[in-house]
Amino acid sequence: MARGTTSGTPNNITKELVANFKRERDRLRQQWVAQMTANNLLAGLTQEEIESEFATIYDTCVGCLETGSYEGAEKYALRMAERGVLRGMTTEQIIGGLLVLRDVYGRALFSWFQKDMAKLNKALDAYEPMANRILAIVSMAFIKEREQVVRQQQEAIRELSTPVLQVRDRMLILPIIGMIDSMRARQLMEQLLVSIRDNRAKVVILDVTGVPAVDSRVANHILQTVDAARLMGAATIVTGMSPEVAQALVAIGVDVVRFNTVGNLQGGIEEADRILGYKVIANLE
Amino acid sequence: MRVPILKQENFLIASVQSALSDVEWERLRDDLADQVGRHRSYGVIVDISALDVLDSFATRTLRSIAYILSLRGAKTVVVGMQPDVAYSMVRLGLSLEHIETGLDLEDGLMILRESLKGGAGPV
Amino acid sequence: MPALSEERRLPIDSEGDIITARQIGREMASRLGFSMSDLTLIATAISEVTRNIVDHAGRGEIDLRVCENGKLQGICIAAHDDGPGIEDVELAMQDGYSSRDGLGLGLPGSRRIMDEFVIESERGKGTNIVMKKWKP
Repeated sequence: MARGTTSGTPNNITKELVANFKRERDRLRQQWVAQMTANNLLAGLTQEEIESEFATIYDTCVGCLETGSYEGAEKYALRMAERGVLRGMTTEQIIGGLLVLRDVYGRALFSWFQKDMAKLNKALDAYEPMANRILAIVSMAFIKEREQVVRQQQEAIRELSTPVLQVRDRMLILPIIGMIDSMRARQLMEQLLVSIRDNRAKVVILDVTGVPAVDSRVANHILQTVDAARLMGAATIVTGMSPEVAQALVAIGVDVVRFNTVGNLQGGIEEADRILGYKVIANLE
Repeated sequence: MRVPILKQENFLIASVQSALSDVEWERLRDDLADQVGRHRSYGVIVDISALDVLDSFATRTLRSIAYILSLRGAKTVVVGMQPDVAYSMVRLGLSLEHIETGLDLEDGLMILRESLKGGAGPV
Repeated sequence: MPALSEERRLPIDSEGDIITARQIGREMASRLGFSMSDLTLIATAISEVTRNIVDHAGRGEIDLRVCENGKLQGICIAAHDDGPGIEDVELAMQDGYSSRDGLGLGLPGSRRIMDEFVIESERGKGTNIVMKKWKP
């Protein structure tokens, strides 16, 4: 049987569906808006936005059905995901909107073909995969966009939380705040070593006041950092170790003798001054 | 390529300028051991800032250079190790224990002068 | 990015070849986009396994190539020699062990800095080492 020539082939039913969707665009739009409003999914959108949103979604879906290509849907999903997330549109609104549209389309199919079960089945065969695929595309785009945002935020936090500060000539302070995992510990070490070279730092103060807990892996990373800094010619002072962290280090058998520790940051800076030969004198005039 | 060894004040400065083969490392060791005596140097600076790899053999040779020179009455300072090389060494488990390290040539000279001042005469 | 087929086979006859091997390995890893510190780790590990060939077998070869595992891309380094082999591989892989002299951190250290490290050796039948580093 030659495809697309005999009535009832998927191709023809698709054509008929597309024609119907185009003809009934206005009626279906009203149904969609009504249901969306009933479900409170249009909150925060202007009338204009609703109009254009619907037009785009509607035409994109019909376009996919007509051409069999989902490129348009993918572009649309990507744009929606970027825009939606930025504008604070909830995932519920977007996915909900698509689900409602699917229902509206589905009902329309029944109303068009209810007198011919065989034809209805064929219409559903043509329509359902398209509807499911578009939903999948849009959902995936959203998940990816969210993941992207989470990654960027993690990156930002990571950068924010490990500044290398120059206090005086040849003295650096690295305040570590928050939990350190192996990856952060490695980044920290690389950043510190490069800073030592770039600033010609002779003493580095590693302040761990803001570190709530360490495990043996992280302790090992800190020890390696101390060793590597020394290989480059810089001494490291560790300050601000909490009682919990100190006890944990001893309990897990870390070679604590290798740490040059001073109770708090102030003491650490004084010790660093001493190593560098600085003397701080109060101006009492 | 032979590593150039320069004399400055009472010190010797060896600037390693490119990756050394094992034979060249050993020759550096022998040259330094020889010249420290000839120039009666109190200290030696080995500048390794041009090296992008320091493997276990090079580390071992650096250590033996420092130990031999200390037996010959001179202190060794290794200067200029690149961050990536330092990182790689600690990951590999290598160290330069008991050997003084400095940031660069200038820092190395300062360390040697300090140790001359502090100690009674030559190191 | 290097083609997946990129492969370099280098004969190792003398200790001068150690430097050549690690430079070629570093360049290949650099084209793959490894970070500076990873390049140094890879070059160091190549240096160690190549030195193992020179020290214990006198000659052998190193095979450097780009490898893939699912989404991961990395560098694969295979060292082969027909030397006397290692009697007790497990012992040789312990930190501080060396049949010749001193430190003995070369092979165990390389295992620590690479992501995968397999060594096969038998007395009289040479030594094969395959190690891989994946790009994060």
